[in-house]
Amino acid sequence: MGLAGRTAVWWARLRSSRPAAAPRCLPPRLPAACQRPYSSRGEEKLDMSTYPVESIRNFSIIAHVDHGKSTLADRLLEITGTIAKTDRNKQVLDKLQVERERGITVKAQSASLFYNHKGINYLLNLIDTPGHVDFSYEVSRSLSACQGVILVVDANEGIQAQTVANFYLAFEAQLAIIPVINKIDLKNADPERVEKQIEKLFDIPIDECVRISAKQGTNVEKVLQKVIEKIPPPQCNTADPLKALVFDSTFDHYRGVIANIALFGGEIQKGHKIVSAHTKKRYEVNEVGILTPNEQPTHKLYAGQVGYLIAGMKEVTEAQIGDTLFLYKQPVEPLPGFKSAKPMVFAGMYPVDQTEYNNLKSALERLTLNDSSVTVHRDSSLALGAGWRLGFLGLLHMEVFNQRLEQEYNMSVILTAPTVPYKAVLSSAKLIKEYGKAEITIINPAQFPDKLSVSEYLEPTVLGTIVTPHEYIGKIIVLCQDRRAVQKDMLYIDEHRVMLKYLFPLNEIVVDFYDALKSLSSGYASFDYEDAGYQAADLIKMDILLNGNPVEELATIIHNDKAYATGKFLCERLKDAIPRQLFEIAIQAAIGKKIIARETLKAYRKNVVAKCYGGDITRRMKLLKRQAEGKKLMRKIGNVEVPRDAFIRVLKRQTDK
Amino acid sequence: SAPCPQWPYCRKRCSYCNFNKYVVPAVDEAAVRACLVRETRTLLRLSQVQSVTSVFFGGGTPSLASPRTIAAVLEAVAGAAHLPASAEVTLEANPSSAGTPRLAGFRAAGVNRLSMGVQSLDDAELRLLGREHTAAEARGAVEAARGLFPGRTSIDLIFGLPGQSQDAWARGLEAALGLCDDHVSLYQLTLERGTALAAQVWGGALPVPPQDLLADMYQTACAMLVAAGFRHYEVSNFARKGALSTHNLSYWRAEQYIGVGPGAHGRFVPRGEGGRSREARVQTLEPDAWMREVQSRGHGTRRRVVLSPLEQLEEVLVLGLRTDEGVTHQRWGHFSPHLSLQAAFGAPGEAEALQQRGWLVLDGGGLRCRREGLALLDSLLPDLLCQLQRR
Repeated sequence: MGLAGRTAVWWARLRSSRPAAAPRCLPPRLPAACQRPYSSRGEEKLDMSTYPVESIRNFSIIAHVDHGKSTLADRLLEITGTIAKTDRNKQVLDKLQVERERGITVKAQSASLFYNHKGINYLLNLIDTPGHVDFSYEVSRSLSACQGVILVVDANEGIQAQTVANFYLAFEAQLAIIPVINKIDLKNADPERVEKQIEKLFDIPIDECVRISAKQGTNVEKVLQKVIEKIPPPQCNTADPLKALVFDSTFDHYRGVIANIALFGGEIQKGHKIVSAHTKKRYEVNEVGILTPNEQPTHKLYAGQVGYLIAGMKEVTEAQIGDTLFLYKQPVEPLPGFKSAKPMVFAGMYPVDQTEYNNLKSALERLTLNDSSVTVHRDSSLALGAGWRLGFLGLLHMEVFNQRLEQEYNMSVILTAPTVPYKAVLSSAKLIKEYGKAEITIINPAQFPDKLSVSEYLEPTVLGTIVTPHEYIGKIIVLCQDRRAVQKDMLYIDEHRVMLKYLFPLNEIVVDFYDALKSLSSGYASFDYEDAGYQAADLIKMDILLNGNPVEELATIIHNDKAYATGKFLCERLKDAIPRQLFEIAIQAAIGKKIIARETLKAYRKNVVAKCYGGDITRRMKLLKRQAEGKKLMRKIGNVEVPRDAFIRVLKRQTDK
Repeated sequence: SAPCPQWPYCRKRCSYCNFNKYVVPAVDEAAVRACLVRETRTLLRLSQVQSVTSVFFGGGTPSLASPRTIAAVLEAVAGAAHLPASAEVTLEANPSSAGTPRLAGFRAAGVNRLSMGVQSLDDAELRLLGREHTAAEARGAVEAARGLFPGRTSIDLIFGLPGQSQDAWARGLEAALGLCDDHVSLYQLTLERGTALAAQVWGGALPVPPQDLLADMYQTACAMLVAAGFRHYEVSNFARKGALSTHNLSYWRAEQYIGVGPGAHGRFVPRGEGGRSREARVQTLEPDAWMREVQSRGHGTRRRVVLSPLEQLEEVLVLGLRTDEGVTHQRWGHFSPHLSLQAAFGAPGEAEALQQRGWLVLDGGGLRCRREGLALLDSLLPDLLCQLQRR
């Protein structure tokens, strides 16, 4: 009874604390849109003109994974009556199955909240942000539509790597920051310590922190009040010409592209003719509205407001994120926009069975409609058939994308080892002419240009932030050095916790760095990274040869220092993955013509079943016929027969020990 | 045709064996006998064979059955078809149930060839294999058998035991050569799933015999036996003075055989019910269930599958290449009147490549393995099956 009783009392208190008066400002009653998508069509549209710029606040919640961002969002939605209060409100803004399963936000969602404070009705636009480093691009995109953020920190775990990264994103965007210490109900909560960390690291006075329990609702209302008091309203004017920033877009199979927009000036309504500053294409607006968090049509949207727009765009690329929309014949200076999402990790993707190619193709097309940060290039491999080379924001992004393919489209695919986008500065005039430029990006080892025609190779780097209890520092430093990282900073954020900053070559952290870090710190260290540009690197292409013939899909670009270890490791792995054959097989790692590692798979000298009499024949025949079938599926490299899964078995695991 | 009645019971489970066998406290022998007799009659009639060329009592441990049971089954065979006096009648025996009086009883019942499961002449190895007998008992049993079945006693030996050295194996074989008659079967130990020995090896408690050592052991053994005058007539079988196992040859020559008893396999054309195609048949595995079926409908056939012409040819190939005679043109022609051996394997393709490597021969005799190829047969067969399937 305890909890239920408390909840009921809490709810009653909240209800009664909402002033029933102020009719001028009360929004029309919201239909329970969150239960039925698009349920609101045909119902009365909201009039958004009652929310002038001064009563609008646009904000995001940013936090390290699991610090309670989504739970706080759920509470805010409940308190403002945006969604009904039930026990089932968990991660309301996280609509994807994979988000709910993994407890992370992948795709930013938005919701408009209505809240009365000191007799004034406020429109609070909550713009959700993804909680993982891979999606920091989405975070900065979300922040561009905001004037402030709620920075949530776990009262037990304290500041973590992503807290730092997110803070700086907000800080650099010059947003108001409201620090919130969550989970104060936990037994091990130590809000004082976290407040000190925040003061030390972010220079925010201790008394500005709000201590809350999003789970229990404690002090959540105070957070809303802070949002109103501390976050400035957007600086814009309805009298100005229309200027709308597209900060996200989704694809709906029935209605086409739904663009999420933030109005930096003017107003917009159905029937308006608008133009994209990016494509110069003209559209007629079919519908505008706010997100609650599902689409809720309104008559108009006004300057400072955040909502959605449907205007007959057929493809997500038409609603370019960062694009500025303006009224036809009333052009405006476009907003700065964003750099387009930059893939950090590339991998080959192939159907498990080539007959599935077309199904996979259409699934990919549909999925990338909603995730334009994935880049897709057609590719083919002798071993794996026709497929694609996909670019992802990070490894989690790649995993999530793969999981969405499986869950939402029932596709199972083969993913090759991830690689990072290297660059080469060409010195050969012929090649420069061929590529049309001197600096090329290499996303497939097969395209690695020879050293003779290159003046310099470059590798992508990231600035990594690690926050860890101090007892793990020694091991972490060794791990980082092993990954060719250079220490940039080391700071005690309190007496027990240290923040380390390292410059990493991206390829060193792409596959298993996070796992290694977690395991050597018993899960206590956290990690985040940001793009840090390119650095010159001694890169080489390593080939794997079977009896002298190169195995195209195992060619890798690696740092010279790691060549021997990686070559040896790949050869050993391949030796285990290829069955013995009737002749000896030399498995070699080579750089150019130089062999740097070799394993020998000896020939079969005896392979014949000892007993074969009447009783065993049926089983025997089945086995042999399966082997005969298997032979047809083998990839032949020279005369060596390699099972298809051999490459995957070699590639899938890390190539580092 | 060749009936092969199965006695499914054993006294003890050997550590390496995954055959269909049952260790029970008491066997109702009269009931089992009645069922073996009845099923023998039913199936022989169904096959409508005129004359039986061999009978092979397998198991389990058929030497645990009483001579009376063996006699009753042989009478049933003779009652349903012609059983010439020259027909080979083999019984598998364990040294622990093969004293002279018992063996004499089997001879009186009509058995004229004995296959003795010696396995090893080393007590430690025998314990590892979970055998009931000692090396001394095995010697005694083989001597007793040779006395009763001179020239028609075979011994089984196993090599490639975990931890066994090349020397130990050569010494063991040397000893066996001093003991044996004119037929020897040499089996490389196969680690079968579900057996105690495999579990120990895969669990790491015992060492995995290295591939190259196994190949050396096999090579040494073949050389030693050939030097002792034996003909290496099948992958694991050696005979001198013409003492080949007629019955086992009938498997490898893809002749008809009729499995009788729990879990027995057969390949025959059920002409008695108007059948015209060779069928693969399996009898019910579990002895009690099998007996109930035999009692109610005369046989315990659990599964019968008509073999397509291609499947029959695949079996002819897979089995025939295990023998030194290989697949003869005549036998191939019997199963494949339209596609000759030459047409199937003479054209450029896998068989030709294997011939060039010296593993295979296709000539006037037929298609067969050379000595080096025989040891690699299981790697050659998938290629040959691919080639056959394309025709």
